[in-house]
Amino acid sequence: MTENAIELAGLERRYGERSALSGVTLNVPAGATLAVFGSNGAGKTTLLRVLAALLRPHAGTANVLGSALPDEAWKVRGRVGYLGHDSMLYRDLTVKQNLDFHARLHGVAPEKVEEAIAAVGLEHRAGDPIRELSRGMVQRAAVARATLHDPAILLLDEPRANLDPAAAEALEPLIGKPSGRTRVLASHDVEHALAEADLALGLKAGRQVFAGKADEKQVRGLYA
Amino acid sequence: MTFAAARAILRKDLAIELRTRQSVPAMALFSVTVFVLFHFGLDRNEIDGSLASGVLWVTLLLATVLAVSRLFAAEREDGALDGVLLAPIDRTAVYLAKASALFLYLVLLELIALPAFAILLLGPDLTQALPELLAIVALADIGLAGVGALVAGLAAETRLREVLVPLLLLPLLVPVLIASAKATKPLLMLNPAATDLGKWLGFMALYDMVFVLLAVAVFDFLLED
Repeated sequence: MTENAIELAGLERRYGERSALSGVTLNVPAGATLAVFGSNGAGKTTLLRVLAALLRPHAGTANVLGSALPDEAWKVRGRVGYLGHDSMLYRDLTVKQNLDFHARLHGVAPEKVEEAIAAVGLEHRAGDPIRELSRGMVQRAAVARATLHDPAILLLDEPRANLDPAAAEALEPLIGKPSGRTRVLASHDVEHALAEADLALGLKAGRQVFAGKADEKQVRGLYA
Repeated sequence: MTFAAARAILRKDLAIELRTRQSVPAMALFSVTVFVLFHFGLDRNEIDGSLASGVLWVTLLLATVLAVSRLFAAEREDGALDGVLLAPIDRTAVYLAKASALFLYLVLLELIALPAFAILLLGPDLTQALPELLAIVALADIGLAGVGALVAGLAAETRLREVLVPLLLLPLLVPVLIASAKATKPLLMLNPAATDLGKWLGFMALYDMVFVLLAVAVFDFLLED
């Protein structure tokens, strides 16, 4: 039997009085890819932030890599890689300085930084501050940051945003199916996300519409 | 691990300050400007005693507010704080690093502000009082940095931080202001008087210890969602 990397049951999260997630229940086996669909404000980013232990669930249970959130959040941190809307990089530091910093925080050997920079094809810009890079390059640096510590789970929020097709292709070994990691992928690119996914979760105004196997018609229905 | 993480965050903060030069130059320029304003506002070339002590410490305190407001500025851009919070580190490391950075900024500020104060306003010779003054400055800086980093963490994710920082910080720093001004006053008199230096240094050491321990105990919760 495959062990579940993520187990959610009746997960709820509110912002003040507004419910951002409600009744989310699903299991994601280790190594599988879950695609999360929903229009803007449906709760996709909130779900990823809960799984990254950046937000506390307000009700229900969330188990990530065998650790219950939020009580065992410290066990989860460092085992997930989060590629969000923001790069989570310091604009005034160079690509190398940023990755050196994250390597120190995650206890990663310094030589891994050079490898990570090479893996995203930024060797020629490693000494440039983040603020001087194009958006696509910043996204590549963010991919290097999110995967530097070889996380067991990757949380990907529109990972192909700002990437040209060649760059997206080049990053596949790090964040795509070939990475072999458990992935939670929030995307509006329905065709691509469905092709990548083993499971799908549909959200509408924070409520779970479907979870499990999904077809394109079902997903398109969320955006209707 | 906490100290290694704190060192990494401190190194990163200093690298950003070195590149952007946003905090220390602003603090120094602010202090020198205030001294010039007092020079003209009081219409006096020289001040001493309690007036000199008060002007010096109120100026340094207000300059501290500038740095505290900017202490998490880099973290607020592009979700950088999330990147730190995702790391498997004790969040106390963030506090220790921010307090250490603020302490270093204050030391750099005083390297500029104290000579400027002596030149622009002070009557008595500052060099005579320097050993005692350094002890006062060191203990005051630990208090300013310890409380400043705590308040900066508290206000980091709030929208009203520009208002919140001075409103929270200044009342909390009143004991430091009183102790440092009282301790400094006899050192800046034209005819130096007997001092209660030991008493005020002891008070500041106690204040520093209490607030740093309190901050270490609660900082983890401040950065929680």
